[in-house]
Amino acid sequence: MRLNNITPDKIALLLESIFENYGYDFRQYAESHVYRRVLNRLSLSGIGSIDQLTDQIIKDKGFASMLIEDLSITVTEMFRDSDFYIALREKVIPILKTYPFIKIWHAGCSTGQEAYSMAIVLKEEGLYERSTIYATDFNQKALNHAKEGIYPNKLIRDYTYNYQKSGGKHSLSNYFTSDSDRAIMNQSIKKNIVWANHNLVTDSVFSEVHLILCRNVLIYFNSNLQNKVHHLFFNSLIKGGLLCLGLKESLRFNDFSQHYVTLFEKQRIFKKKYEESID
Amino acid sequence: MKSLLISNSNYKAVVIGVSSGGMNALKVLFSNISPLFFIPIITVQHIGPNSENSWISLLNDLSPLTIKEAEEKEPISTGHIYIAPANYHLLIEHDETFSLSIDEKVNFARPSIDVLFDSAAHVYGESLIGILLTGANADGAAGLKRIKDLGGYTLVENPKTAQTPYMPQSAIDKSPPNFIGNLNEISDHLLNLITNKF
Repeated sequence: MRLNNITPDKIALLLESIFENYGYDFRQYAESHVYRRVLNRLSLSGIGSIDQLTDQIIKDKGFASMLIEDLSITVTEMFRDSDFYIALREKVIPILKTYPFIKIWHAGCSTGQEAYSMAIVLKEEGLYERSTIYATDFNQKALNHAKEGIYPNKLIRDYTYNYQKSGGKHSLSNYFTSDSDRAIMNQSIKKNIVWANHNLVTDSVFSEVHLILCRNVLIYFNSNLQNKVHHLFFNSLIKGGLLCLGLKESLRFNDFSQHYVTLFEKQRIFKKKYEESID
Repeated sequence: MKSLLISNSNYKAVVIGVSSGGMNALKVLFSNISPLFFIPIITVQHIGPNSENSWISLLNDLSPLTIKEAEEKEPISTGHIYIAPANYHLLIEHDETFSLSIDEKVNFARPSIDVLFDSAAHVYGESLIGILLTGANADGAAGLKRIKDLGGYTLVENPKTAQTPYMPQSAIDKSPPNFIGNLNEISDHLLNLITNKF
């Protein structure tokens, strides 16, 4: 494998080819992330150079879909970062309680685990009946998986541990039905989640959302795209609406820090200021 | 070997990987590093997913340089020693800022040393110095080889003096490094490399 041949220009060309031929736009993804996926795909496929990889992408739709999958999958789990969910119950739920109905946008929901976690918290806090969670992703395969809500028992064991640490009030098993090797989320948890294909790179705003949850999604984007998506979030939130990012994400290195008040620094929960919308 | 070094004094970054026994090793290394050290140091220490970052401020007290957790999109600057946050892989962009990732673990680790080393080698090429220290895992061996393959300079802690020899030994077995030594020898060699005293 010719490693020193994988230049930023060659990576840009590869992403341009994916966009032109298949419509998936990774052109503003963080280059380090793309590089890692390309290296991985090169070594799995035995292809010798990025030029050959790009050729193969153009010629072979099946091969292209593998790389597109590589680039779009993000890892997720239920109740990841238990402290965040404790903060959600203690700091965010009291604010949400003041609204007669609650619209939540879960941007980049992947295979759905965090959307179900949110639904469970809302249910235990008595808010689920007046809530709607719009859970979106651009990866239809992940979205289909999310909608099914079926997870292997092996993972459910980890999720149960996370749930217990995160201030869960009952037993996680109340919310799914399981057989010998997998668990299916119950209808009572699924019912107020609307799964929708939405692309943060190309699609437009949601309107009048009370809370946006987008954890560990923007870390895969470059600064330009992060700013663009933050613009989208800002215009989707009501005044005083809340934005929850991943534990190591911040508004520090983008254009939007002055438009939010930090509600809970450590858990990265921000509140949109009561000011005019920006263009 | 020395003649090669003279022509190659233009280092832009140092990456360090360390696992079990790492806290002691980093204490020795960082307290030996001069305040005039003029290139950034970026470190992966294997830690548990829920580790608090208070140990970083303990380290910071030992050094005249600023030792801090690397932040997403933060510009990498001189006078700093950066540490990868718990439960995230740390990567480097061509504009010399950090990226984080929650991709699956690599070599059972997140942060993974290989992930940082691969990414840094891609960005810095022959301007990179890679150092692998004590540990009980083979993480870092492939990444250190990649640094060397792309023209960077590699140093490995002597397995005989390392608190846990497995990690440095794995790296040596995979690809002979440019330098093997104990922690003090590594600090001295590093300072000589970047001040071009060879």
